[in-house]
Amino acid sequence: MSALLSIRNMTHYFGGLKAVSEFSYDIPPGVIYGLIGPNGSGKTTTFNLITGIYRPTQGQVFLEDRDITAQKPYLIVRAGIGRTFQNLRIFGGMSVLDNIRAAKQYRAKSWMLSSVLRLPGFMNEEKRIRDESMALLDVLHLADRAGDLARNLPYGALRRLEIARALATEPKLLLLDEPAAGMNPKEVQDLMKLVQRVRDEFKVTVFLIEHHMKVIMGICEYVKVLDFGTTIAEGKPDDVGRDAKVLEAYLGKKGAAC
Amino acid sequence: MNSLKTPRLLFAAAGLYVVILVMNLTGLLNDYFLHIINQSLIYVTLTVSLNLINGLTGQFSLGHMGFAAVGAYVSGTITTLLFNVKPTLVNYPIFVLALVIGGLAAALVGVLIGFPSLRLKGDYLAIVTLGFGEIIRTILNNISVVGGPRGLLGIPKFSNFHVVFVVAFVTLVVVRNLAQSSHGRAFLAIRENELAAELVGLNTTRYKVMAFAIGAFFAGVAGGLLGHLLQMAHPTQFGFLGSVLVLIMLYAGGVGSLTGSVIAAFALTFLTETLRMVLDSLSDMTNLPLGDWRMVLYALLLILIMLFRTEGLMGTREAKIVVLKEDQL
Repeated sequence: MSALLSIRNMTHYFGGLKAVSEFSYDIPPGVIYGLIGPNGSGKTTTFNLITGIYRPTQGQVFLEDRDITAQKPYLIVRAGIGRTFQNLRIFGGMSVLDNIRAAKQYRAKSWMLSSVLRLPGFMNEEKRIRDESMALLDVLHLADRAGDLARNLPYGALRRLEIARALATEPKLLLLDEPAAGMNPKEVQDLMKLVQRVRDEFKVTVFLIEHHMKVIMGICEYVKVLDFGTTIAEGKPDDVGRDAKVLEAYLGKKGAAC
Repeated sequence: MNSLKTPRLLFAAAGLYVVILVMNLTGLLNDYFLHIINQSLIYVTLTVSLNLINGLTGQFSLGHMGFAAVGAYVSGTITTLLFNVKPTLVNYPIFVLALVIGGLAAALVGVLIGFPSLRLKGDYLAIVTLGFGEIIRTILNNISVVGGPRGLLGIPKFSNFHVVFVVAFVTLVVVRNLAQSSHGRAFLAIRENELAAELVGLNTTRYKVMAFAIGAFFAGVAGGLLGHLLQMAHPTQFGFLGSVLVLIMLYAGGVGSLTGSVIAAFALTFLTETLRMVLDSLSDMTNLPLGDWRMVLYALLLILIMLFRTEGLMGTREAKIVVLKEDQL
Protein backbone atom coordinates (compact mmCIF):
# COMPACT_ATOMS: atom_id res chain seq x y z
CA MET A 1 0.00 0.00 0.00
CA SER A 2 1.43 3.35 -0.95
CA ALA A 3 1.49 5.92 1.82
CA LEU A 4 -0.41 9.21 1.78
CA LEU A 5 2.29 10.96 3.78
CA SER A 6 5.89 9.77 3.97
CA ILE A 7 8.54 11.34 6.09
CA ARG A 8 12.13 10.34 5.41
CA ASN A 9 14.98 10.81 7.89
CA MET A 10 13.75 14.14 9.13
CA THR A 11 16.01 15.92 11.57
CA HIS A 12 15.57 19.43 12.90
CA TYR A 13 17.78 21.53 15.12
CA PHE A 14 16.89 24.67 17.02
CA GLY A 15 20.37 26.10 17.40
CA GLY A 16 22.24 23.26 19.09
CA LEU A 17 19.11 21.49 20.32
CA LYS A 18 18.00 18.48 18.34
CA ALA A 19 14.22 18.82 18.38
CA VAL A 20 13.44 16.03 15.95
CA SER A 21 15.88 13.26 15.20
CA GLU A 22 16.03 10.86 12.25
CA PHE A 23 12.30 10.67 11.91
CA SER A 24 10.81 8.32 9.31
CA TYR A 25 7.30 7.07 8.89
CA ASP A 26 4.49 6.38 6.47
CA ILE A 27 0.86 7.22 7.04
CA PRO A 28 -1.43 5.04 4.93
CA PRO A 29 -4.57 6.69 3.53
CA GLY A 30 -7.76 6.54 5.56
CA VAL A 31 -6.36 5.86 9.01
CA ILE A 32 -6.40 7.84 12.22
CA TYR A 33 -2.74 8.08 13.15
CA GLY A 34 -1.68 9.24 16.57
CA LEU A 35 1.56 10.83 17.69
CA ILE A 36 2.09 10.91 21.42
CA GLY A 37 4.89 11.92 23.72
CA PRO A 38 5.70 14.01 26.78
CA ASN A 39 6.09 17.79 26.64
CA GLY A 40 9.00 18.93 24.53
CA SER A 41 9.31 15.65 22.68
CA GLY A 42 9.01 17.32 19.27
CA LYS A 43 5.37 16.71 18.37
CA THR A 44 4.33 20.19 17.31
CA THR A 45 7.72 20.69 15.66
CA THR A 46 6.90 17.71 13.46
CA PHE A 47 3.67 19.41 12.38
CA ASN A 48 5.48 22.67 11.70
CA LEU A 49 7.99 20.81 9.55
CA ILE A 50 5.26 19.07 7.56
CA THR A 51 3.31 22.28 6.95
CA GLY A 52 6.35 24.28 5.89
CA ILE A 53 6.49 26.67 8.83
CA TYR A 54 9.98 25.34 9.60
CA ARG A 55 12.48 24.12 7.05
CA PRO A 56 13.90 20.76 8.20
CA THR A 57 17.66 20.63 8.79
CA GLN A 58 17.59 17.43 6.78
CA GLY A 59 15.12 14.90 5.42
CA GLN A 60 12.10 14.99 3.14
CA VAL A 61 8.32 15.06 3.26
CA PHE A 62 6.26 13.41 0.53
CA LEU A 63 2.54 13.74 0.01
CA GLU A 64 1.35 11.03 -2.38
CA ASP A 65 4.93 10.61 -3.62
CA ARG A 66 5.26 14.33 -4.33
CA ASP A 67 8.13 16.07 -2.57
CA ILE A 68 6.68 18.95 -0.56
CA THR A 69 9.68 19.53 1.72
CA ALA A 70 9.98 23.16 2.85
CA GLN A 71 7.53 24.48 0.30
CA LYS A 72 5.63 27.66 1.13
CA PRO A 73 2.89 26.88 3.70
CA TYR A 74 0.03 27.97 1.44
CA LEU A 75 1.25 25.66 -1.34
CA ILE A 76 1.38 22.73 1.08
CA VAL A 77 -2.21 23.49 2.07
CA ARG A 78 -3.18 23.56 -1.59
CA ALA A 79 -1.42 20.22 -2.08
CA GLY A 80 -3.87 18.78 0.46
CA ILE A 81 -2.78 19.20 4.07
CA GLY A 82 -5.03 21.07 6.50
CA ARG A 83 -4.16 21.67 10.13
CA THR A 84 -5.35 23.05 13.44
CA PHE A 85 -3.24 24.69 16.12
CA GLN A 86 -2.51 23.78 19.70
CA ASN A 87 -3.08 27.39 20.72
CA LEU A 88 -6.11 28.36 18.70
CA ARG A 89 -5.52 30.66 15.76
CA ILE A 90 -9.06 31.68 14.95
CA PHE A 91 -9.92 34.76 12.87
CA GLY A 92 -11.56 36.25 15.97
CA GLY A 93 -12.83 39.49 14.47
CA MET A 94 -14.63 37.70 11.65
CA SER A 95 -17.92 35.85 11.77
CA VAL A 96 -17.96 32.07 12.15
CA LEU A 97 -19.20 31.78 8.57
CA ASP A 98 -16.46 34.09 7.30
CA ASN A 99 -13.81 31.96 9.02
CA ILE A 100 -14.93 29.07 6.81
CA ARG A 101 -15.37 31.20 3.71
CA ALA A 102 -11.84 32.60 4.06
CA ALA A 103 -10.55 29.02 3.95
CA LYS A 104 -12.45 28.38 0.73
CA GLN A 105 -11.12 31.51 -0.96
CA TYR A 106 -7.98 29.95 -2.43
CA ARG A 107 -10.12 27.71 -4.64
CA ALA A 108 -12.29 30.62 -5.83
CA LYS A 109 -11.72 31.72 -9.41
CA SER A 110 -13.32 35.17 -9.53
CA TRP A 111 -11.00 38.07 -10.12
CA MET A 112 -10.93 41.08 -7.83
CA LEU A 113 -12.46 43.25 -10.53
CA SER A 114 -15.33 40.81 -10.86
CA SER A 115 -16.03 41.08 -7.12
CA VAL A 116 -15.91 44.88 -7.27
CA LEU A 117 -18.40 44.96 -10.16
CA ARG A 118 -20.47 42.11 -8.68
CA LEU A 119 -20.57 40.26 -12.00
CA PRO A 120 -22.87 37.22 -12.25
CA GLY A 121 -19.96 34.75 -12.26
CA PHE A 122 -18.73 36.20 -8.97
CA MET A 123 -22.23 36.20 -7.45
CA ASN A 124 -22.74 32.55 -8.33
CA GLU A 125 -19.42 31.61 -6.88
CA GLU A 126 -20.17 33.55 -3.68
CA LYS A 127 -23.46 31.70 -3.35
CA ARG A 128 -21.75 28.34 -3.88
CA ILE A 129 -19.09 29.19 -1.27
CA ARG A 130 -21.76 30.28 1.18
CA ASP A 131 -23.84 27.13 0.70
CA GLU A 132 -20.84 24.84 1.02
CA SER A 133 -19.64 26.70 4.11
CA MET A 134 -23.05 26.51 5.76
CA ALA A 135 -23.23 22.77 5.01
CA LEU A 136 -19.84 22.31 6.64
CA LEU A 137 -20.88 24.32 9.71
CA ASP A 138 -23.98 22.14 9.91
CA VAL A 139 -21.92 18.96 10.10
CA LEU A 140 -19.86 20.43 12.95
CA HIS A 141 -22.92 21.76 14.80
CA LEU A 142 -21.93 25.38 14.36
CA ALA A 143 -24.61 26.46 11.88
CA ASP A 144 -26.67 28.29 14.51
CA ARG A 145 -23.65 30.44 15.40
CA ALA A 146 -22.76 31.26 11.76
CA GLY A 147 -23.37 35.00 12.13
CA ASP A 148 -21.61 35.44 15.48
CA LEU A 149 -18.14 36.87 15.82
CA ALA A 150 -15.80 33.91 16.19
CA ARG A 151 -14.16 35.35 19.31
CA ASN A 152 -17.48 35.17 21.15
CA LEU A 153 -17.72 31.38 20.84
CA PRO A 154 -17.09 29.10 23.83
CA TYR A 155 -13.84 27.18 23.90
CA GLY A 156 -15.16 23.81 22.74
CA ALA A 157 -16.92 25.42 19.78
CA LEU A 158 -13.71 27.22 18.82
CA ARG A 159 -11.92 23.88 18.66
CA ARG A 160 -14.63 22.60 16.34
CA LEU A 161 -14.46 25.79 14.28
CA GLU A 162 -10.74 25.24 13.73
CA ILE A 163 -11.40 21.71 12.54
CA ALA A 164 -14.16 23.02 10.26
CA ARG A 165 -11.85 25.68 8.87
CA ALA A 166 -9.14 23.11 8.16
CA LEU A 167 -11.72 20.88 6.45
CA ALA A 168 -12.86 23.83 4.34
CA THR A 169 -9.53 23.74 2.53
CA GLU A 170 -10.59 20.25 1.36
CA PRO A 171 -7.52 18.40 2.62
CA LYS A 172 -6.53 14.80 2.05
CA LEU A 173 -4.64 14.82 5.32
CA LEU A 174 -5.90 16.58 8.42
CA LEU A 175 -3.37 17.44 11.12
CA LEU A 176 -4.89 17.98 14.55
CA ASP A 177 -2.59 19.53 17.14
CA GLU A 178 -3.89 18.52 20.58
CA PRO A 179 -7.57 18.82 19.69
CA ALA A 180 -8.67 17.75 23.18
CA ALA A 181 -6.48 20.23 25.05
CA GLY A 182 -8.40 22.01 27.78
CA MET A 183 -11.58 20.00 27.29
CA ASN A 184 -13.67 18.34 29.99
CA PRO A 185 -14.35 14.56 29.82
CA LYS A 186 -17.74 15.03 28.15
CA GLU A 187 -16.24 17.28 25.47
CA VAL A 188 -13.42 14.80 24.95
CA GLN A 189 -15.99 12.06 24.33
CA ASP A 190 -17.78 14.22 21.76
CA LEU A 191 -14.51 15.14 20.11
CA MET A 192 -13.54 11.48 19.68
CA LYS A 193 -16.83 10.76 17.95
CA LEU A 194 -16.40 13.88 15.84
CA VAL A 195 -12.92 12.93 14.64
CA GLN A 196 -14.14 9.50 13.58
CA ARG A 197 -17.15 10.98 11.85
CA VAL A 198 -15.00 13.57 10.05
CA ARG A 199 -12.69 10.82 8.82
CA ASP A 200 -15.62 8.83 7.43
CA GLU A 201 -17.68 11.69 6.00
CA PHE A 202 -14.89 13.76 4.49
CA LYS A 203 -12.71 10.81 3.48
CA VAL A 204 -9.66 12.36 5.11
CA THR A 205 -6.71 10.77 6.79
CA VAL A 206 -6.26 12.11 10.32
CA PHE A 207 -2.87 12.62 11.92
CA LEU A 208 -3.26 13.80 15.47
CA ILE A 209 -1.04 14.82 18.34
CA GLU A 210 -2.47 14.24 21.77
CA HIS A 211 -1.68 14.26 25.43
CA HIS A 212 -4.87 12.48 26.44
CA MET A 213 -4.13 8.75 26.44
CA LYS A 214 -7.85 8.08 26.27
CA VAL A 215 -8.18 9.82 22.93
CA ILE A 216 -5.17 8.08 21.43
CA MET A 217 -6.18 4.65 22.71
CA GLY A 218 -9.82 5.20 21.84
CA ILE A 219 -9.70 6.28 18.22
CA CYS A 220 -6.24 5.85 16.75
CA GLU A 221 -5.54 2.83 14.59
CA TYR A 222 -1.83 3.36 14.72
CA VAL A 223 0.27 5.11 17.33
CA LYS A 224 3.80 6.42 17.43
CA VAL A 225 5.45 7.42 20.71
CA LEU A 226 8.13 10.11 20.81
CA ASP A 227 10.54 10.99 23.55
CA PHE A 228 13.23 13.68 23.18
CA GLY A 229 12.86 13.68 19.42
CA THR A 230 13.26 9.94 18.91
CA THR A 231 10.67 7.23 18.39
CA ILE A 232 10.57 4.84 21.32
CA ALA A 233 7.62 2.71 20.26
CA GLU A 234 5.04 2.35 17.52
CA GLY A 235 2.24 0.06 16.52
CA LYS A 236 -1.36 -0.70 17.42
CA PRO A 237 -2.57 1.24 20.47
CA ASP A 238 -2.95 -1.88 22.62
CA ASP A 239 0.58 -3.08 21.90
CA VAL A 240 2.07 0.33 22.53
CA GLY A 241 0.16 0.58 25.77
CA ARG A 242 1.99 -2.51 27.05
CA ASP A 243 5.46 -1.44 25.93
CA ALA A 244 7.84 -1.12 28.86
CA LYS A 245 9.75 1.86 27.46
CA VAL A 246 6.52 3.75 26.87
CA LEU A 247 5.28 3.06 30.34
CA GLU A 248 8.52 4.33 31.75
CA ALA A 249 8.75 7.47 29.60
CA TYR A 250 5.19 8.49 29.64
CA LEU A 251 2.40 6.27 30.84
CA GLY A 252 4.04 5.28 34.10
CA LYS A 253 4.28 8.85 35.32
CA LYS A 254 0.90 9.66 33.93
CA GLY A 255 -0.59 6.54 35.58
CA ALA A 256 0.84 7.51 38.94
CA ALA A 257 -0.65 10.97 38.65
CA CYS A 258 -4.12 9.68 37.89
CA MET B 1 -37.12 40.63 -1.84
CA ASN B 2 -36.82 43.63 -4.08
CA SER B 3 -36.33 46.05 -1.22
CA LEU B 4 -33.15 44.26 -0.21
CA LYS B 5 -31.65 44.73 -3.65
CA THR B 6 -32.06 48.50 -3.60
CA PRO B 7 -28.64 50.13 -3.80
CA ARG B 8 -29.19 52.17 -0.64
CA LEU B 9 -25.71 53.65 -0.61
CA LEU B 10 -26.17 54.98 -4.14
CA PHE B 11 -29.49 56.61 -3.19
CA ALA B 12 -28.03 58.14 -0.05
CA ALA B 13 -25.05 59.49 -1.96
CA ALA B 14 -27.23 60.85 -4.78
CA GLY B 15 -29.44 62.54 -2.18
CA LEU B 16 -26.49 64.17 -0.46
CA TYR B 17 -25.09 65.27 -3.81
CA VAL B 18 -28.35 66.97 -4.83
CA VAL B 19 -28.79 68.63 -1.42
CA ILE B 20 -25.29 70.12 -1.45
CA LEU B 21 -25.69 71.25 -5.05
CA VAL B 22 -29.07 72.90 -4.44
CA MET B 23 -27.79 74.57 -1.27
CA ASN B 24 -24.88 75.96 -3.23
CA LEU B 25 -27.04 77.20 -6.10
CA THR B 26 -29.51 78.92 -3.77
CA GLY B 27 -26.66 80.57 -1.89
CA LEU B 28 -27.25 78.73 1.41
CA LEU B 29 -23.82 77.24 1.05
CA ASN B 30 -21.20 79.66 -0.17
CA ASP B 31 -18.24 78.74 -2.37
CA TYR B 32 -15.88 78.79 0.57
CA PHE B 33 -17.87 76.03 2.26
CA LEU B 34 -18.09 74.12 -0.99
CA HIS B 35 -14.31 74.30 -1.20
CA ILE B 36 -14.01 72.76 2.25
CA ILE B 37 -16.50 70.07 1.27
CA ASN B 38 -14.34 69.32 -1.78
CA GLN B 39 -11.29 69.00 0.42
CA SER B 40 -13.21 66.75 2.81
CA LEU B 41 -14.22 64.50 -0.07
CA ILE B 42 -10.60 64.17 -1.18
CA TYR B 43 -9.71 63.22 2.38
CA VAL B 44 -12.54 60.67 2.30
CA THR B 45 -10.83 59.07 -0.70
CA LEU B 46 -7.47 59.12 1.06
CA THR B 47 -8.79 57.74 4.35
CA VAL B 48 -10.92 55.01 2.79
CA SER B 49 -8.00 53.85 0.63
CA LEU B 50 -5.70 53.85 3.66
CA ASN B 51 -8.34 51.82 5.46
CA LEU B 52 -7.88 49.04 2.92
CA ILE B 53 -4.19 48.81 3.85
CA ASN B 54 -4.21 49.60 7.57
CA GLY B 55 -7.73 48.66 8.56
CA LEU B 56 -8.82 45.67 6.50
CA THR B 57 -5.46 44.05 5.84
CA GLY B 58 -3.92 45.09 9.16
CA GLN B 59 -0.67 46.45 7.74
CA PHE B 60 0.77 49.72 8.97
CA SER B 61 1.51 52.31 6.30
CA LEU B 62 2.83 55.70 7.34
CA GLY B 63 3.54 56.94 3.83
CA HIS B 64 0.12 57.29 2.29
CA MET B 65 0.74 60.86 1.18
CA GLY B 66 3.77 59.61 -0.74
CA PHE B 67 1.38 57.79 -3.06
CA ALA B 68 -0.79 60.89 -3.28
CA ALA B 69 2.30 62.92 -4.23
CA VAL B 70 3.09 60.54 -7.09
CA GLY B 71 -0.49 60.88 -8.35
CA ALA B 72 -0.52 64.66 -8.00
CA TYR B 73 2.78 65.21 -9.76
CA VAL B 74 2.18 62.69 -12.55
CA SER B 75 -1.31 63.93 -13.37
CA GLY B 76 -0.25 67.57 -12.90
CA THR B 77 2.67 67.07 -15.27
CA ILE B 78 0.35 65.61 -17.89
CA THR B 79 -2.27 68.37 -17.77
CA THR B 80 0.09 71.30 -17.13
CA LEU B 81 3.43 70.59 -18.74
CA LEU B 82 2.52 68.05 -21.40
CA PHE B 83 -0.76 69.36 -22.75
CA ASN B 84 -1.09 72.72 -21.02
CA VAL B 85 -4.87 72.46 -21.26
CA LYS B 86 -7.49 74.92 -20.01
CA PRO B 87 -10.10 73.51 -17.63
CA THR B 88 -12.95 73.49 -20.14
CA LEU B 89 -15.49 70.75 -20.60
CA VAL B 90 -13.93 69.37 -23.80
CA ASN B 91 -10.62 68.89 -22.00
CA TYR B 92 -12.09 66.77 -19.20
CA PRO B 93 -11.21 63.44 -20.89
CA ILE B 94 -7.56 64.49 -20.74
CA PHE B 95 -7.95 65.28 -17.04
CA VAL B 96 -9.64 61.95 -16.30
CA LEU B 97 -6.93 60.12 -18.20
CA ALA B 98 -4.27 62.07 -16.30
CA LEU B 99 -5.91 61.12 -12.99
CA VAL B 100 -5.98 57.43 -13.93
CA ILE B 101 -2.37 57.48 -15.10
CA GLY B 102 -1.40 59.25 -11.86
CA GLY B 103 -3.25 56.54 -9.91
CA LEU B 104 -1.57 53.75 -11.86
CA ALA B 105 1.85 55.32 -11.32
CA ALA B 106 1.14 55.44 -7.59
CA ALA B 107 -0.03 51.80 -7.68
CA LEU B 108 3.17 50.79 -9.44
CA VAL B 109 5.20 52.53 -6.75
CA GLY B 110 3.01 50.74 -4.18
CA VAL B 111 3.91 47.37 -5.68
CA LEU B 112 7.59 48.27 -5.94
CA ILE B 113 7.89 49.22 -2.28
CA GLY B 114 5.45 46.47 -1.38
CA PHE B 115 7.52 43.47 -2.41
CA PRO B 116 10.65 44.08 -0.38
CA SER B 117 8.96 45.69 2.59
CA LEU B 118 6.11 43.22 3.04
CA ARG B 119 8.50 40.76 4.60
CA LEU B 120 8.38 43.19 7.49
CA LYS B 121 5.64 43.46 10.06
CA GLY B 122 4.17 46.10 12.37
CA ASP B 123 6.56 48.80 13.49
CA TYR B 124 9.25 47.82 11.01
CA LEU B 125 6.85 48.13 8.10
CA ALA B 126 5.71 51.51 9.45
CA ILE B 127 9.29 52.78 9.46
CA VAL B 128 9.91 51.61 5.90
CA THR B 129 6.74 53.30 4.62
CA LEU B 130 7.63 56.45 6.55
CA GLY B 131 11.02 56.46 4.88
CA PHE B 132 9.41 55.89 1.50
CA GLY B 133 7.18 58.95 1.94
CA GLU B 134 10.19 61.08 2.82
CA ILE B 135 12.15 59.76 -0.17
CA ILE B 136 9.33 60.76 -2.52
CA ARG B 137 9.19 64.23 -0.98
CA THR B 138 12.96 64.70 -1.23
CA ILE B 139 13.05 63.51 -4.82
CA LEU B 140 10.28 65.96 -5.78
CA ASN B 141 12.14 68.72 -3.99
CA ASN B 142 15.06 68.17 -6.36
CA ILE B 143 13.41 67.77 -9.75
CA SER B 144 13.47 71.21 -11.30
CA VAL B 145 11.15 70.28 -14.19
CA VAL B 146 8.26 70.01 -11.74
CA GLY B 147 9.31 73.13 -9.85
CA GLY B 148 11.62 71.70 -7.20
CA PRO B 149 11.00 73.23 -3.76
CA ARG B 150 8.75 75.87 -5.35
CA GLY B 151 6.26 73.15 -6.32
CA LEU B 152 4.38 72.52 -9.53
CA LEU B 153 2.39 75.69 -10.14
CA GLY B 154 -0.32 76.70 -12.55
CA ILE B 155 -2.15 73.39 -12.59
CA PRO B 156 -5.55 73.94 -14.32
CA LYS B 157 -8.50 73.85 -11.92
CA PHE B 158 -10.22 70.74 -13.21
CA SER B 159 -11.31 69.46 -9.78
CA ASN B 160 -14.76 70.53 -8.77
CA PHE B 161 -17.50 69.25 -6.53
CA HIS B 162 -18.87 66.83 -9.15
CA VAL B 163 -15.58 65.10 -9.93
CA VAL B 164 -14.44 64.96 -6.31
CA PHE B 165 -17.78 63.59 -5.17
CA VAL B 166 -17.87 60.85 -7.80
CA VAL B 167 -14.31 59.75 -7.02
CA ALA B 168 -14.99 59.59 -3.27
CA PHE B 169 -18.15 57.59 -3.90
CA VAL B 170 -16.47 55.18 -6.32
CA THR B 171 -13.59 54.62 -3.89
CA LEU B 172 -16.02 53.87 -1.08
CA VAL B 173 -18.02 51.41 -3.20
CA VAL B 174 -14.93 49.66 -4.57
CA VAL B 175 -13.37 49.19 -1.13
CA ARG B 176 -16.75 48.17 0.33
CA ASN B 177 -17.40 45.63 -2.44
CA LEU B 178 -13.90 44.24 -2.07
CA ALA B 179 -14.22 44.03 1.69
CA GLN B 180 -17.46 42.08 1.42
CA SER B 181 -16.23 39.47 -1.01
CA SER B 182 -14.09 36.38 -0.87
CA HIS B 183 -11.06 38.56 -1.58
CA GLY B 184 -11.98 40.87 1.26
CA ARG B 185 -12.18 37.92 3.62
CA ALA B 186 -8.61 37.09 2.61
CA PHE B 187 -7.54 40.65 3.56
CA LEU B 188 -9.34 40.33 6.89
CA ALA B 189 -7.88 36.89 7.58
CA ILE B 190 -4.38 38.34 7.20
CA ARG B 191 -5.27 41.06 9.69
CA GLU B 192 -6.71 38.56 12.17
CA ASN B 193 -3.94 35.97 12.04
CA GLU B 194 -1.39 35.96 9.28
CA LEU B 195 -0.01 32.48 9.95
CA ALA B 196 -3.47 30.94 10.02
CA ALA B 197 -4.33 32.81 6.80
CA GLU B 198 -1.31 31.26 5.14
CA LEU B 199 -2.38 27.85 6.46
CA VAL B 200 -5.82 28.00 4.91
CA GLY B 201 -4.09 28.27 1.54
CA LEU B 202 -3.98 32.04 1.07
CA ASN B 203 -0.99 33.58 -0.68
CA THR B 204 -0.60 36.27 1.96
CA THR B 205 2.24 38.11 0.21
CA ARG B 206 0.16 38.50 -2.94
CA TYR B 207 -2.81 39.82 -0.98
CA LYS B 208 -0.70 42.29 0.95
CA VAL B 209 0.86 43.63 -2.25
CA MET B 210 -2.62 43.87 -3.78
CA ALA B 211 -3.86 45.86 -0.79
CA PHE B 212 -0.93 48.26 -1.15
CA ALA B 213 -1.45 48.57 -4.91
CA ILE B 214 -5.18 49.27 -4.71
CA GLY B 215 -4.80 51.64 -1.75
CA ALA B 216 -1.97 53.45 -3.53
CA PHE B 217 -4.02 53.75 -6.72
CA PHE B 218 -6.84 55.61 -5.00
CA ALA B 219 -4.38 57.70 -3.00
CA GLY B 220 -2.74 58.66 -6.30
CA VAL B 221 -6.10 59.67 -7.77
CA ALA B 222 -6.85 61.69 -4.63
CA GLY B 223 -3.49 63.40 -4.94
CA GLY B 224 -4.29 64.30 -8.54
CA LEU B 225 -7.62 65.74 -7.44
CA LEU B 226 -5.95 67.79 -4.73
CA GLY B 227 -3.42 69.19 -7.20
CA HIS B 228 -6.15 70.17 -9.62
CA LEU B 229 -8.22 71.69 -6.83
CA LEU B 230 -5.52 73.84 -5.20
CA GLN B 231 -3.95 74.45 -8.63
CA MET B 232 -0.55 73.46 -7.35
CA ALA B 233 1.40 70.55 -5.97
CA HIS B 234 4.00 71.25 -3.35
CA PRO B 235 6.48 68.76 -1.82
CA THR B 236 5.74 69.71 1.79
CA GLN B 237 2.03 69.26 1.24
CA PHE B 238 2.69 65.55 0.82
CA GLY B 239 5.18 65.14 3.63
CA PHE B 240 5.03 63.18 6.83
CA LEU B 241 2.49 65.49 8.49
CA GLY B 242 0.07 64.94 5.63
CA SER B 243 0.33 61.17 6.02
CA VAL B 244 -0.19 61.52 9.75
CA LEU B 245 -3.29 63.62 9.19
CA VAL B 246 -4.85 60.85 7.08
CA LEU B 247 -3.77 58.30 9.66
CA ILE B 248 -5.43 60.37 12.40
CA MET B 249 -8.64 60.49 10.39
CA LEU B 250 -8.50 56.72 10.03
CA TYR B 251 -7.96 56.12 13.73
CA ALA B 252 -10.44 58.74 14.87
CA GLY B 253 -13.09 57.14 12.68
CA GLY B 254 -12.22 53.63 13.71
CA VAL B 255 -9.75 51.36 11.97
CA GLY B 256 -11.63 48.91 9.76
CA SER B 257 -14.84 50.97 9.58
CA LEU B 258 -15.48 52.65 6.24
CA THR B 259 -18.33 54.63 7.76
CA GLY B 260 -15.92 55.91 10.38
CA SER B 261 -13.41 56.96 7.72
CA VAL B 262 -16.04 59.01 5.89
CA ILE B 263 -17.33 60.71 9.03
CA ALA B 264 -13.85 61.44 10.41
CA ALA B 265 -12.56 62.83 7.10
CA PHE B 266 -15.44 65.32 7.03
CA ALA B 267 -15.39 66.13 10.74
CA LEU B 268 -11.66 66.71 11.01
CA THR B 269 -11.40 68.75 7.81
CA PHE B 270 -14.21 70.99 9.03
CA LEU B 271 -12.73 71.12 12.52
CA THR B 272 -9.39 72.32 11.15
CA GLU B 273 -11.12 75.07 9.18
CA THR B 274 -13.40 76.08 12.05
CA LEU B 275 -10.49 76.31 14.47
CA ARG B 276 -8.65 78.42 11.93
CA MET B 277 -11.56 80.85 11.61
CA VAL B 278 -12.33 81.07 15.32
CA LEU B 279 -8.73 81.51 16.40
CA ASP B 280 -7.97 84.04 13.67
CA SER B 281 -10.87 86.24 14.68
CA LEU B 282 -9.91 85.86 18.35
CA SER B 283 -6.36 86.88 17.46
CA ASP B 284 -7.66 89.96 15.71
CA MET B 285 -9.77 90.94 18.72
CA THR B 286 -7.14 90.32 21.39
CA ASN B 287 -4.01 91.07 19.36
CA LEU B 288 -2.49 87.79 20.58
CA PRO B 289 -0.98 85.20 18.21
CA LEU B 290 -3.63 82.61 18.99
CA GLY B 291 -3.57 81.17 15.45
CA ASP B 292 -0.58 79.03 16.40
CA TRP B 293 -2.68 77.21 18.98
CA ARG B 294 -4.84 75.61 16.33
CA MET B 295 -2.73 72.47 16.03
CA VAL B 296 -2.46 72.23 19.82
CA LEU B 297 -6.22 72.21 20.21
CA TYR B 298 -6.50 69.79 17.33
CA ALA B 299 -4.00 67.42 18.94
CA LEU B 300 -5.73 67.77 22.30
CA LEU B 301 -9.03 66.73 20.77
CA LEU B 302 -7.41 63.66 19.29
CA ILE B 303 -5.91 62.70 22.62
CA LEU B 304 -9.39 62.99 24.12
CA ILE B 305 -10.85 60.74 21.41
CA MET B 306 -8.15 58.16 22.01
CA LEU B 307 -8.67 58.32 25.77
CA PHE B 308 -12.42 58.00 25.75
CA ARG B 309 -13.02 56.05 22.55
CA THR B 310 -9.97 53.87 22.08
CA GLU B 311 -11.49 52.16 19.06
CA GLY B 312 -12.32 55.45 17.36
CA LEU B 313 -15.75 56.81 16.61
CA MET B 314 -17.17 53.67 15.00
CA GLY B 315 -14.82 50.91 16.12
CA THR B 316 -15.17 48.30 13.40
CA ARG B 317 -18.91 48.86 13.01
CA GLU B 318 -20.51 50.10 9.82
CA ALA B 319 -23.62 52.16 9.16
CA LYS B 320 -26.43 49.99 7.81
CA ILE B 321 -26.41 51.60 4.40
CA VAL B 322 -22.75 50.68 3.85
CA VAL B 323 -23.25 46.97 4.55
CA LEU B 324 -24.44 44.66 1.81
CA LYS B 325 -27.06 42.09 2.79
CA GLU B 326 -26.04 38.46 2.47
CA ASP B 327 -28.17 37.99 -0.64
CA GLN B 328 -26.69 41.11 -2.21
CA LEU B 329 -23.28 39.56 -1.90
